[in-house]
Amino acid sequence: MLDIKNLKASVEGKDILKGLDLQVKAGEVHAIMGPNGSGKSTLSQVLAGRDTFQVDGGSVTWDGQDLLAMPIEERARAGLFLAFQYPVEIPGVSNAYFLKAAVNAIRKHRGLPEFDAMDFLTRVKAEMKAVGMKEEFLYRAVNEGFSGGEKKRNEVLQMALLEPRLAILDETDSGLDIDALKVVADGVNRLRSPDRALIVITHYQRLLDYIVPDHVHVLSHGRIVRSGGRELALELEEKGYGWIGDAGQVHAAPPAAGGAQ
Amino acid sequence: MSAVDTWVSAFHAGSAVQPGAGLPWLATLRREALYRFADEGWPTRRHPRWQHTSLAFMDQQDFAANTVAPDAAAALARLRGDDAGHWLAFVGGRFHAGLSDIGALPAGVQLTSLADALDQHPEAVQAAFGSATDGDSPAALNLALATEGAWLRLPRGVALDAPVHLVFIAGATDASQHLRNLIVAEANSEATIVEHYLGEGDATTLTTATTRLQVDADARITHIKLQQEAEPAIHLANIDAVQARGAHFASHSLSFGARLARNDIHTRFDGEGCDTLLNGLYHLDGRRHVDHHTSINHAQPRGSSREFYRGLLDGNSRGVFTGRIIVAKDAQRSDAMQRCDNLLLSRQAEADARPELEIYADDVKCAHGATVGQMDEDSLFYLRTRGLDDAHARRVLTYAFAAEAIDRIELLPLRKQARAALMARLPGGELLEELL
Repeated sequence: MLDIKNLKASVEGKDILKGLDLQVKAGEVHAIMGPNGSGKSTLSQVLAGRDTFQVDGGSVTWDGQDLLAMPIEERARAGLFLAFQYPVEIPGVSNAYFLKAAVNAIRKHRGLPEFDAMDFLTRVKAEMKAVGMKEEFLYRAVNEGFSGGEKKRNEVLQMALLEPRLAILDETDSGLDIDALKVVADGVNRLRSPDRALIVITHYQRLLDYIVPDHVHVLSHGRIVRSGGRELALELEEKGYGWIGDAGQVHAAPPAAGGAQ
Repeated sequence: MSAVDTWVSAFHAGSAVQPGAGLPWLATLRREALYRFADEGWPTRRHPRWQHTSLAFMDQQDFAANTVAPDAAAALARLRGDDAGHWLAFVGGRFHAGLSDIGALPAGVQLTSLADALDQHPEAVQAAFGSATDGDSPAALNLALATEGAWLRLPRGVALDAPVHLVFIAGATDASQHLRNLIVAEANSEATIVEHYLGEGDATTLTTATTRLQVDADARITHIKLQQEAEPAIHLANIDAVQARGAHFASHSLSFGARLARNDIHTRFDGEGCDTLLNGLYHLDGRRHVDHHTSINHAQPRGSSREFYRGLLDGNSRGVFTGRIIVAKDAQRSDAMQRCDNLLLSRQAEADARPELEIYADDVKCAHGATVGQMDEDSLFYLRTRGLDDAHARRVLTYAFAAEAIDRIELLPLRKQARAALMARLPGGELLEELL
């Protein structure tokens, strides 16, 4: 489904991804772990199409197509979804409008009839209930004044409505208490299916107690330095990141601000 | 013959037949105003209050006194829908009784055309009419030539449940209209007045309009102005309010039409504890130009003012905002806040935002800020990752920027009307209809 080969990316002349390889097949759940500044968020932003990052080399193939050549919205319509680490507030636009516009843009692309107001409300209310969001959030401006947890629930709600084929969760667990974490994880687990894949990016192994991955990768200095099964996450939990891979570097302090974005 | 002389001739030709022509005080006032205009001429950039907007080109413009009226009935029907309310229609500067529907009013409320008011209550009208020294020279021209407008008098303690709608439909090309609206809100009264300015197609017209509001103690007046004149139109307006003790005045100025629009909006606190909201939104494209020149005079203590202006500027357009706030020496514990935010939708568009604070009291809270910026890249990216194409995402964000201004209009039907007027202007507005 997704094949990343030797991906290199930089921002403002600073190299962040330095030759990253990753293959994701339908039905798989991959966890990407790593210290701050290792390039986790850069990877998710590059895959979603953010143009503040410059791709300096390598390739990303999505169902045989060159993903990096596709405009942002085409990636979304083809089934790629990014749950943002920091969802954006959009004052003046109701969540209901936003969600409906998004769902219909994607349905249209898939050759499905667009939802009318009634169908949409029925659908969205059911999904909101599942992620523990009150109905009033439909009528509030997108993410405006939402708490950290409410923003993350709103991301999971969008994911459920858009039914992506590959969802990337970028530190969706950060800032969540344990109850919110369970709700979010339930939402994600409901989406798991043999034709859908997930990439879960996280700093902590805690989320992986609830979203159990098939593969765990450790990202360090812009490269995947170790891959393994679920046990790798537990090992990281126990030992921290200090013992990983190219020892000389990882013991040093993580790169300063900028790398994590 | 210079253009100023043209207006003098027009004045002499029309003075005998203007409404109120038989009232000596009014004839004198109009003549004084005309002489002032003839003396000063159109303002140019040399004038300190017109540094960004010159009307020198008006010397080359000819406007007929009046011409054929457009199809006003259809325009009014579209605007009104099935709203009950109180509706006064003016076509080409004349009151149109047939299209008006003043409806039932509480006892003692006077809501008529200015011409009728001059017949029926000339003394009250005289007291509210204004003087030849008010405003700048275009305001003097308006005073000299104004033939019509609305008269609204609210007796003490009376609240109007439904808004008063004043609809001004400009004439065909080269027509000019000069309108004067007088609003007297006695103590504890309450009303919302909406002025709609409409024009047809590509008519080059001139509108001068003055609205004077006397807001007595503890009265609450909301004034909404929705300017949607034709793209080649020239629109020059003054809104002048005076507030007595504890009075509340809100002004919403939405400027969507006209090639050049200038709004001078002033309010003065003549008693303690007044509050005011000046809210504005302008959307411009092409080579259009809009200038809001506002002032809030905290002449008395414990007044509160909030001012928010927003501009959406596309093409080669230019938006100008001046916000003058005066706090008099004895106006202690005044609280003033002002913001002007502009969103530039093209590289060629230009925004000027100028706060002018004159503070003579020492116990005062006063904050101001202005921004000029482009579309937020993070928000665009977010919307596009959800499948909206770039054009749709930009429309949503453009609308969202403007919606903050429109959402300050409290009455929902009026807010919806304002949103619809904005949508009609935004490219691809049909994609956004469900935002209404």
